[in-house]
Amino acid sequence: MKIHEYQAKTILTEFGVPVPRGRVATTAAAAGAIALELGGTVVIKAQIHAGGRGKGGGVKLAKSPQEVEQVASQILGMMLKTHQTGPEGQRVKQVLIEEAMDIRQELYLGIVIDRKVGLPVIMASSAGGMEIEEVARTQPAAIVKAHVDPATGVTGFHARKLTFGLGLRGELLKGGADFITRLYRAYVAKDCSLAEINPLVITGAGRLLALDAKMTFDDNALSRHPEVQAFRDLDEESPLEVEASKFNLNYIKLDGNVGCMVNGAGLAMATMDIIKLAGGQPANFLDVGGGASAEQIENAFRILISDRNVRAVFINIFGGILRCDRLAEGVIKAVMTLGVTLPIVIRMEGTNVELGQQMLRQSGLNFLMAQGMKDGAERAVRAAHSA
Amino acid sequence: MSILIDKRTRLVVQGITGKEGTFHALACREYGTKVVAGVTPGKGGIVHEGIPVFDTVAAAVAKEGANTALIFVPPAFAADAILEAADAGIQVVVCITEGIPTLDMVKAARALQGQATRLIGPNCPGIISPGKAKVGIMPGHIHKAGRVGVVSRSGTLTYEAVGQLTARGIGQSTCIGIGGDPIVGTTFVDALRLFQLDPETDAILMIGEIGGTAEEDAATFVKAHVTKPVVGFICGQTAPPGRRMGHAGAIISGGTGTAAEKMAALRKAGITVVRSPAEMGGAVARLLQPTPTRRVAASTKRRQTTQPKSGTTKPTARTKRAKRR
Repeated sequence: MKIHEYQAKTILTEFGVPVPRGRVATTAAAAGAIALELGGTVVIKAQIHAGGRGKGGGVKLAKSPQEVEQVASQILGMMLKTHQTGPEGQRVKQVLIEEAMDIRQELYLGIVIDRKVGLPVIMASSAGGMEIEEVARTQPAAIVKAHVDPATGVTGFHARKLTFGLGLRGELLKGGADFITRLYRAYVAKDCSLAEINPLVITGAGRLLALDAKMTFDDNALSRHPEVQAFRDLDEESPLEVEASKFNLNYIKLDGNVGCMVNGAGLAMATMDIIKLAGGQPANFLDVGGGASAEQIENAFRILISDRNVRAVFINIFGGILRCDRLAEGVIKAVMTLGVTLPIVIRMEGTNVELGQQMLRQSGLNFLMAQGMKDGAERAVRAAHSA
Repeated sequence: MSILIDKRTRLVVQGITGKEGTFHALACREYGTKVVAGVTPGKGGIVHEGIPVFDTVAAAVAKEGANTALIFVPPAFAADAILEAADAGIQVVVCITEGIPTLDMVKAARALQGQATRLIGPNCPGIISPGKAKVGIMPGHIHKAGRVGVVSRSGTLTYEAVGQLTARGIGQSTCIGIGGDPIVGTTFVDALRLFQLDPETDAILMIGEIGGTAEEDAATFVKAHVTKPVVGFICGQTAPPGRRMGHAGAIISGGTGTAAEKMAALRKAGITVVRSPAEMGGAVARLLQPTPTRRVAASTKRRQTTQPKSGTTKPTARTKRAKRR
């Protein structure tokens, strides 16, 4: 799960990671009031989940509370387009008003799980402000890494490796070690999948500050962090995906016109792939899971067809725990209840397949029965083209 | 022979009195697996569906000689269940549970390092050696005993692959689902090593997906150490970047972990890569054909030899070579 910058900074503050003074506002007037309180030049930062906000015009400086109000009124409500949003952009509902900092140097600090090693890895780079993937490609030697065993946490040598690696000297060595230790504590305590401070700045006065902050959380651990769950912003997610998540359905909206309903994540991805190979475009990823009930299938169908781009539906099921007869029952019920008129191609295999196929044939509904995934994908693509 | 599980497997099911635990314990027993015990803390002493239940895995090992564990414990307690099984001296621990917090698995995987226990999963369908034993949730009837090893990060896509093989009369030595999470106990490399060493596996089908670099690591390993023919498929060729595709580990992040990269790495290692999931079985069939096909001839590293279709267990020159490694 993703959260906004201001929310991440709230968490960081809780762990003693230094951030600029500031608060979030939802109106221009409130933004002006915060600026007055902070005094001096401030930064107005649009709060959306996507990165690249500065380049898109979502981060501006202002010198007076009046100017802050004016700039905030432009940013609030705008559709901010960045390389990470869709072409239509994302609506800005909140702005973070922060004191502008006197920046001497920009650094990078991030923590992720290194899947290959199976441990959290802290990455630091003196190329602050650049995306870490870009640094890894162009100047891999500029990245210093320290893997941390959860049994010990960050110890002195981890901190030295990173701070000396960043070229810090004098007082900043101690400040850097403290910063890194606190960020790691936040990462572990909140079950993050990513904690990224980019840039981490050294101010003119020689302080270290998290100028920006990005935190994402392990969805599997959210149940033990209700305070993090409270940060979820449904406006940042696709409405259909939000709806699907209510029923524990794994649904991701895509741009094509062949809707897919599949059991299992791997088979669902493979189904998207074979639709593409058949000359079509998948409209979505949808995994109904291993033990989907008839009700679950009806919900899945409803979400699937509420995407207006869908011209045909391809149901690809390999019945293991999910028996084909139960699937057939769910599909028939859903099609009748929802009055689905779209062409539906069904490919079933596995447990109780004969019974399932017989039920579909005898339903009086017009299902197209496919032999194998390839045949199913080709039929669905043809149906979508001619619909 | 087969890898990891066989007729000697004595299974303890952790979380046996739950709905899923019960259902699959019975399905494993029906398939022929010796399900010798169950564990549900607090229910020790009862007999559930004819299976003795214990409070701890240690008791199940002491009383019933369990050597393999199958875990159906809820996500919040599953990492603990894995560690309990390892502590009790279980050799192979198969964890089906989906949704274990990543940092819990980081700790568990770290704790297992240096121990003799092999963990399979979590978030996996388990493992089956057709005709011998099933320790997992896969439908047993789609499998057929034979000589192709299957290893995959997926569940139902593995069933799809197995279905394609069985439909062509091609049996499987062992099929392992290694799981869809970012941190798993057994990797592609581990499974490939076991299949390479198994004299009754002639060819290997590996099914990868987007996210991480496990497939790239597998490619490096295959190039250096695997002499048996390998067919590969990677799903998620059309997956959008930055989105988690159902599995916690299936995500293209920062432009890496794409299907294209993985397919290229596998090809470079001499693996026969199919683009379509419908071609997995066909590609294995072609590699097993007695006469060399063009596709095989194109692979520079391997000399195509006639594979015994079935029956013989005499080591071939190839497996002898493998043993020396």
